Order: sequence, then C-alpha cells, then structure tokens
Amino acid sequence: MFGLNKKDTSLLIIVACLTMFAPFILNPFPTDSGLAQFNAGYPDLMQRFVIFGIFAIGFNILFGLTGYLSFGHAAFLGVGSYSAVWMFKLIGMNVIPAIVLSVIVAGLFALLIGFISLRRSGIYFSILTLAFAQMSFNLAYSVLTPITNGETGLQLTLEDPRILGVSATADGSIPVTNLFGLEMRSTFEMAVGPWAFQFNAGYYLCAFIMLAAFYLSIRIFRSPFGMMLRAVKSNQQRMNYTGLNTRPYTLAAFVISGMYAGLAGGLMASMDPLAGAERMQWTASGEVVLMTILGGAGTLIGPVLGAGFIKYFENIFSKINDNVLHSWFSFMPDGMEDAVVFLIHPFIGKGWHLTLGILFMLVVIFLPGGLVEGGQRIKGWLSGRKAKDDGKAAGETNPAE
Amino acid sequence: MDAILLQILNGLDKGSAYALIALGLTLIFGTLGVVNFAHGALFMIGAFCAVTLQRLLNLSYEVVDETQTDFLGNPLKVKTPYVEAWFGPEFGGAIIDWAVPLAILFAIPIMIGVGYVMERGLIKHFYKRPHADQILVTFGLAIVLQEVVKYFYGANPIQTPAPDALNGVVNLGAAIGMDIVYPVWRVVYFFFAVVIIGGIFSFLQFTTFGMVVRAGMADRETVGLLGINIDRRFTIMFGIAAAVAGLAGVMYTPINSPNYHMGMDFLVLSFVVVVVGGMGSLPGAVLAGFLLGILESFASMNEIKSLIPGIDQIIIYLVAIIILLTRPRGLMGRKGVMED
Amino acid sequence: MSKFDVSRRGVLKTGAMAGAGVALPTIFTASSAAAFTNEPTGSTVTLGFNVPQTGPYADEGADELRAYELAVEHLNGGGDGGMMNTFSSKALQGNGILGKKVEYVTGDTQTKSDAARASAKSMIEKDGAVMITGGSSSGVAIAVQGLCQEAGVIFMAGLTHSNDTTGKDKKANGFRHFFNGYMSGAALAPVLKNLYGTDRTAYHLTADYTWGWTQEESIAAATEALGWQTVNKVRTPLAATDFSSYIAPVLNSGADVLVLNHYGGNMVNSLTNAVQFGLRDKVVNGKNFEIVVPLYSRLMAKGAGENVKGIHGSTNWHWTLQDEGSKAFVKSFGTKYGFPPSQAAHTCYVQTLLYADAVERAGSFNPCAVVEALEGYEFDGLGNGPTLYRAEDHQCFKDVLVVRGKENPTSEFDLLEVVEVTPRAQVEYAPDHPMFAGGNLGACNPGA
Repeated sequence: MFGLNKKDTSLLIIVACLTMFAPFILNPFPTDSGLAQFNAGYPDLMQRFVIFGIFAIGFNILFGLTGYLSFGHAAFLGVGSYSAVWMFKLIGMNVIPAIVLSVIVAGLFALLIGFISLRRSGIYFSILTLAFAQMSFNLAYSVLTPITNGETGLQLTLEDPRILGVSATADGSIPVTNLFGLEMRSTFEMAVGPWAFQFNAGYYLCAFIMLAAFYLSIRIFRSPFGMMLRAVKSNQQRMNYTGLNTRPYTLAAFVISGMYAGLAGGLMASMDPLAGAERMQWTASGEVVLMTILGGAGTLIGPVLGAGFIKYFENIFSKINDNVLHSWFSFMPDGMEDAVVFLIHPFIGKGWHLTLGILFMLVVIFLPGGLVEGGQRIKGWLSGRKAKDDGKAAGETNPAE
Repeated sequence: MDAILLQILNGLDKGSAYALIALGLTLIFGTLGVVNFAHGALFMIGAFCAVTLQRLLNLSYEVVDETQTDFLGNPLKVKTPYVEAWFGPEFGGAIIDWAVPLAILFAIPIMIGVGYVMERGLIKHFYKRPHADQILVTFGLAIVLQEVVKYFYGANPIQTPAPDALNGVVNLGAAIGMDIVYPVWRVVYFFFAVVIIGGIFSFLQFTTFGMVVRAGMADRETVGLLGINIDRRFTIMFGIAAAVAGLAGVMYTPINSPNYHMGMDFLVLSFVVVVVGGMGSLPGAVLAGFLLGILESFASMNEIKSLIPGIDQIIIYLVAIIILLTRPRGLMGRKGVMED
Repeated sequence: MSKFDVSRRGVLKTGAMAGAGVALPTIFTASSAAAFTNEPTGSTVTLGFNVPQTGPYADEGADELRAYELAVEHLNGGGDGGMMNTFSSKALQGNGILGKKVEYVTGDTQTKSDAARASAKSMIEKDGAVMITGGSSSGVAIAVQGLCQEAGVIFMAGLTHSNDTTGKDKKANGFRHFFNGYMSGAALAPVLKNLYGTDRTAYHLTADYTWGWTQEESIAAATEALGWQTVNKVRTPLAATDFSSYIAPVLNSGADVLVLNHYGGNMVNSLTNAVQFGLRDKVVNGKNFEIVVPLYSRLMAKGAGENVKGIHGSTNWHWTLQDEGSKAFVKSFGTKYGFPPSQAAHTCYVQTLLYADAVERAGSFNPCAVVEALEGYEFDGLGNGPTLYRAEDHQCFKDVLVVRGKENPTSEFDLLEVVEVTPRAQVEYAPDHPMFAGGNLGACNPGA
C-alpha cells in the first residue's frame, strides 16, 4: 500500500492510529485522580509531541542516514517560525501560506548553510553548523530586532496590516490562526465518565502533516537516494574513489531535513503565533540531537519516541511540586510522608533537569540503540521466554544490528 | 594605543581561560579519543571547590547577642568563624582572605579524584562506542553535575573575592612611560595559565611518562603491544586534564562570581576553540584559545562595533567559519581525526 | 531490518495496552458551554504560578513561589493573614476567593518565551487555571501576557521592568504591579543630581536586548534632563560573561559616571569587572568616578558581594521598609521561611492578593469583570503606599525606592539601604508618553 512494503505499511498504520487516538492514549487517568498529573492529552503538549516529532524525523534523515551531525538545526526551525509569523502579520491568519513560506525559507537557508558547511566533514562540519546557528541566534536576539523583535519574540499586534484578513476582529482582539475558517485553537471536549478527552483542530492538522512527513521519510529511507546516503555514512571515501560525487546527495539530505525543521517551525507558529529567538540557540539544536539519539538514530520511529520522551519530561515533570507530592503520599503516616517527599523532592519540579540528565545517562549506558532498542529488548525478552516455553532455540530473536 | 594594549591584555586574559579549558579537552580527546561534553562541568566544579573552601573556612559558631536584633526582632546571633577562634582574628582572617589561592591545593586532589572516578566509572565503557553516544552520556553527566551543584549552592552567582593584597589595580605601563592600569588578579590569572600550560607541555615533552603518553596518542595499539599499560597512563592523563580545568575554574572565581551554569557557558566556546585549533593538537588548542580571546576583545571595541554593528556577538563563530573554510583541519589539526 | 520489525511489535503492544485502558466508555457528554475560559464550577479555584525554576533566575523564581504559597495560605485563612490585614480593601475574608478554596499549579518558564508559553498553556488547557502569574524577565512576561489575552484568562505579571510590558505590548488581560524603566530613571535622577551634581558625563553599558534598550533610553533621558552628558552607549551581548573588554574603554573615555543597564548574572559580572578595573577609586575631571545600577535586585546584589557598597540604584520594594504592610509581610514571610522576602516575592504576593480582591469585589471570576474591578483601582497598605492601577495601561503607580549598597551590612540580607522614597507624583507619566507609545490594550477577552 502507498508503495510501501508490508512492514512499513503496518508501521505507518500503527503510527497513524497512535496519533489519531492520542487524546485517548495520552489521558489514561481520570481527571480527578492524583495521577492526572501524568496525563499529557491536552492540546498544547500533543501539538508539541507531533511538531517536535516532525523536527526529529527530519533531523534523522540527515544524521541517521548520512551520519553528518548538524549542531545547528534549530536555526531552520527558528527561521521557519519567523517566516510564518510574518505571514500572519502581513497576509492573513490562514496557516497554509504561512507553512508553505516557512518550508521554502528554511529550505533556502539550509541550502546556503549546507553548501558552505558540507565542504567539511566530521566534527568540523558540526562546528560549522553550530557557528551558523549561534550567529543567527545572537543576531536575532540583538541587531536584527526590527525583524525578530529580539528577546520578546515576534508577536501579532492589533496594528498588523493582514491584507487578506482583518487587523482586529469585531470585538477588538487579534484574529486567531485558522485553516480556511477552522480555528486552530478550537477544541472539542468529550467527557467519558471521570475522563475528559480533548480533540483539538490544530493538533489534528499537525498530526496529519506529521503522518505525511513520516510517510515521506519512509519513502526516503527505502529509496535508492536513501541507499546512497547510507553508503555515504558507511564509507564516503570509497564512494569518492568510485568516481561518484557525494556532495549533491548530502546537500539534498541537508536541505530536506532543513525543510522538515522549517515545517516544524511553521507549525509551531501556526499553533501559537509567536516566534522567539531562543528557538535557534545551541541548546535547542542540542535538544533535537538528544531526541534522535535517545530514540534511536537511523531508525524510523526512534526520533519520534525521543521527541515525545523529552517533551513529556519538560512539560509534566516540571509541574510536579511538593504540594502535589504531599497529596499523593497523604495516605502514609506523617513522618513517613515527609521522608518520602523529601527524597523525591530533588527530582521533580525545579529538579526535572536532574531527572532528565540521569535518564539520558541510563538510556545511553544500557540501551546503546536508544529507546527503540529498549523496545527490542523487551520484545526479545518476551519472545525469548515464549521460545523457552515452546522448547525452541532463542537464537534467531537476537536483533541484527 | 593604550586602548589597543588594554584590549590585548583583555584578550590574553580571556584567552587564558579558553586555552586552559581547551587544553584539557584536547588532552582527553587526544589520549582517550573521547569527546567530553562534561568538561565545562569540570571547570564549574573547580570553581565550586573555591566556593566550598571559602564556606568551610567561614564555618562559624553562633553567640546570641541580646543587644542586637535580626530582621524579625529576635535577638541577633553573631557568627564567628572557627578559624578565627582557633588562630586568632588576625591570622584566621588572613586564612579566610586567601581562600581562593588556598583552594588550589584543595582542588587538585579533588579534581584528580573526580577525573579518575569519571574515567573509571563511566567513560571507560564508552571508548568503543560512537562519538554521538559519548557526547550524549557526557552531556547527561554535565547536566547531572550542574543540577547537583545547583541543589546545594542555589542558582545565583556566589561571590568569591581574591585576597585583598591582589585585589587592586597595577600600572603595567609605568616602565615604558605609559598608563596601562590593569587588575592585579587578571595579571595573576594570565601568569598562572602560562605556568600550567608550560607545565603540561614540559611534562609531556621531558618526562618518560609524558613520552609514553605521546607515543600512545600516536599509536595506542603498538605501545600496548610493547607491554606498557597505556590505559593506566591515560586514566592519569584524564585526571590531570580534569585538574587543569578545575584549576582554571578555581582561579577564575574572583574574576566572575561562579554560578552553576558557568560550565555550559564555556562549553560551546571551548569546543569551538578546540576545533579551530585542530582536533587533537595541544599547541593548536592553546594558540586558538589566545587568538579567539584577543579577537573577541578587539571586536568589542567601540570603533569596530560602530563599523560593523553586532560584530562582537558573532566574532568567535565568524572566525571559526573562516578558519575552517581556509584550513580544513583547523590551525594545527591532523588528517583523519574526527573527520568521519 | 529485523531491528525495525521488532520495534513495530513493541509499539503495537504498548499501543494495545494503552488502548485497553480507555476502551470502557460509559456515557458520552459534550462539555457544557461556559461563560468564560475555565470558569470554576466546583468548590475550588485554580491559579497558575509560572516562575523560572531552572536557568539563571531559578533563585528568584523559588522566592516568587514561596510568596505565592504564602499568599494562597493567607487567602485560604491560614497563617497570620500577612498583608490582608493591612490592605485597604477588606473584601477578602480568608475563606478563599468567593468562597472557593484556592488551589494552585506551578510550572517552569525556564526564562524562555517558548517554554513559558508552553507551561502557561498547560495550566490553562489541562489544569483549568483561571489566572496566570509570575516570571522574572520582560520577554517572558510579554509573551505570556499575549497568550493570556488570546486564551481569555487574567495575567498578573511578576518581575518585569521593561517599559514595553505596559507600553507597546500592553494587553487588556494583563496587569503589572512592578515598576518600570521610566520610573527608575525618574526616581533616580533627582537623587543623582543631589549626590553627583549636574555636570557629569555618563557612559552606558547596556544588555543588548529590548529590556536593556528601554532602560538605557529611560535613564539617559532622565539624566540628560539634569544637564548630564551621555558620552557613549555601548551594547553588550547577553551571553557575555567577562565584561573586561567593554569596561576597559571606559577608563579613558572622559566619562565620570558608568551606568550599568544589566540585570541578573550580567549585572553581577559587569559590576564586579568594573570594580576590578579600579573604576571606583578613579578621579576624572576632578570628580570621583561613580557607578550606577538602575535596577537593583537584592538576590543578585549578593553575588556581587563587596562590590555593591555605595552604589545607587532603584527597586520596587525592600524588606526594611517600616510601613505596616511591609512589616506584616516580612513578619509572616520571615517566620515561615527564615529569611526576608525579595522584591520579586513582594510583587508576586501583592499581585495575588490584588487579583483575589478584584474577584471578590467584582463578584465573579470573569476576566472582563476582574479587568473592570482593577482598572483605576486605588488601594493602600500593600507596602508601597497609596497605589493606583491605571486604567489606560494597567500599570501600577506608586512610590519608587532609591537604594544604595550598604557599607556595613549587619547580616547577609542587609545588603541595601533605602536612600529615598521617591513619591508617586514624581514618577508618573502620560499614557501616551513616547517611550510607551505604539501599543493598544484592545478589549478584554473572556475566552470560551
């Protein structure tokens, strides 16, 4: 189906189901229970999951296939956001032109940076991309403030022209982003017993685009072009000796992944029309590297998992405070409750960085292939046991690296 | 003219910090082949060794003074450091005053210990892993280390002053009839850096140990085949590199009050320095450190800023791009290192 | 490809398990249409405290959070009531807000506009917060204020000093109690005139982003009105840690006053560096060289240690103030936490009380009713003397403190001393003042 083999088709269908039913899957706990803190099924976070998923999928096309480690990919995301917000300011609030422009602008920017940076390889390439991204960030924060609005971030105002729309709505507020009239923020809430599920228009737009992006990435992975990129990773020198110029291939991969980043940036701005300079900082570039490696570089689903993992921690763990802890452990005797809260305290709320850092280390130490390998291990463990029960040799279940 | 000389001094001073951190990074990379993203954290831990020693020396006992009140109207508890009680206010006060230089002695064993534990406990297992994994695990370690420091010391900068005697300014231009006033401690820092850098180079150049390490850097397997335990030496080198970063941090505290994220502030910069110098080249790292420090200082001069607005924001990166495009392996890099 | 096959199965299993958890729907009911966003229907009301918990301002964020927890305690009738007893309005009963118990959720702004908005959104979308407050930088305040305007909840700004928050980026749903750059300039100018005279030459070092620029503009305008000259305004990168190369040119510039438009870590480092270069012992044009730090923060001043001694600046509030409100607040904060509150803590505590009071007086949580109750509201007893929430721009007008680094601190908290309380009349300005022009409050948005 769709020109994919059976495995890929079923993967795509699974991802499609997961994204479509995310409002259910991410809200497993009843709203009033103490564990509702761990629910992630609200529009903003779901949007972030899929948007950063797109970003990471794109990054993986470059890093996972060619092995070129770009440390400046956030610059494309930032440029995409800025172009989208400018479209909202100048043209109108429909998201389509904004997203299209952000992809194009990010692609052009990637072409420029890629053309220069790909003259070097290895860590020299990484530092070149880092340097370009940091220059973009520093300038966006200061000298380029007329275009980027600096520290505050580019925002919509009531005075924007919006030639195809209105500057202000009838009741005097800024119009909201929409897709041909469908407001991105409109949310349908469904209460099922003690659960409340939210279905958000913006999320579904992002989810459909993510599925398209995911499909495209599968096609790239399976295409002769993808093969060529893998060959670059395994031995670029040999490719060169056979008289093949690899530069156009790597540059194409760089631009494609830059466009993915731009798409993610455009979507971010479409969901929430603001573009801040810190989206381009090296820490943001580092984040997508972490997402990809954490999930499993070079695998199809890994980057999406990694993106979800990091965003979940950032948004859920940072919101747990001592008050919440006390309410969880209130069933314990007083002294014990305090002791437990004291022990957990450093790892939640303002300590979420610490938890994230420890988890990074654990994942990298014990799961060299990222979260995907974790899934494989569990699978291997389960089927290994089953194999034993069946009295068969478990040798064939070893995952091939 | 004065202004230019002053900026050269500033550049040398900034360059000293860059060079010391980059030197340690390169030592680790050259010997163990590990990209250590936790190196900035080592610099930060060094700085907090100074803070800790200062705190320890200021450990006090409290006497309730009924004549004074604190902000809530309760009787004020007057604190006297134990050190002052034991050695008398004069000598005890002097010890507290010299906390930062004393912290050098305090920091060396700690940093070597931290380095040793890091190498044996964690990094050892990553020699055969891809560089991306090394980056991720050391980055995770850096986050953990800085969060632990934040937990104990808070997020705000903590003042750690230089000894009074070294706190003022000195006129460096007096001998040549010019007026170049410069802070004493910054001069101390520069000479300190020169001594450390010189020490590391002569250690590698003139001792048998250093010779073996250099041989190991060039060809680890052959040295191993000769029956030399190169791993143990490399572990020691890791400890030394950690100590260099730590000492750079200790001495840096009077220049800028340390805070928990100072390591991250320096991390990206020091990687740029290392790469501009050329991966694996010690002289390259030092040269690039001073070069970038001086260029950064010049770029922040008003005359140059008015010519090219915002140049001081991007100069380091701009120079890095230009150098990497004209010299493919940095200033003094070797072929084939970290190029795939 | 077996690797990939396996992961697919893994995902399938997880998905199946997660699916089983929600596969038991009983009754479907569409949510009822509310009058405004997150209308509290139960016996509780949720407020969102969005403060920096990681990053350079984490300590200020922690102090803000302490103040919020204290305020919630007082609103719910716990503790000694703090400033609720000295507040001129007696609408608050200590039984929550409108009889509903106050609950709160916390989040981390990371001092990044993106993260701050994400955190605020989760409070609005997931936790049902009806008011968002907090923050320790203007960029974040403006970004979150914009979000709250769109979402239809009230935003009570925390520490934000940029003119833009209630200037060109003002919003109908946003309110600021903290003072701003213009007020700093207006308050400092007369004091500087008395201390240093009218014949001075100033050199500005400014953090190169919007807050720095508005403060530089405000201070330069105020001092130039005294007859001072401005010899140079130099922008420094936000990421700068070593300011030596910016300080060195000051030495021979002919300036005799250095104005540091820096905040937080930047301020600590630039001040430390300036003192290192011996600027304070210098004599230029026959006058002692002086340094001015227009926006002081006690928490940050601690990082600069000895270097702040004798250096003037302005703050919104200081714990040594002797009015009844301040004393009551310091007492209940100090008793609970063991140290005096910072100005960030003060403004956050006050903002929470003001919001609760406005809801009580309006008799509704509806943002438009709250806006109406706060606009043009005159109050007293919250530590800054008689205060006005101006209707035109939602900025509080009150006395501003000029402070100086104390020469002989008696404790680790006793770093600043109040030199002068500049009366409110002196720091007032017209709503259409050029430094604040260009914005538009718009209409209040109740959302939903």
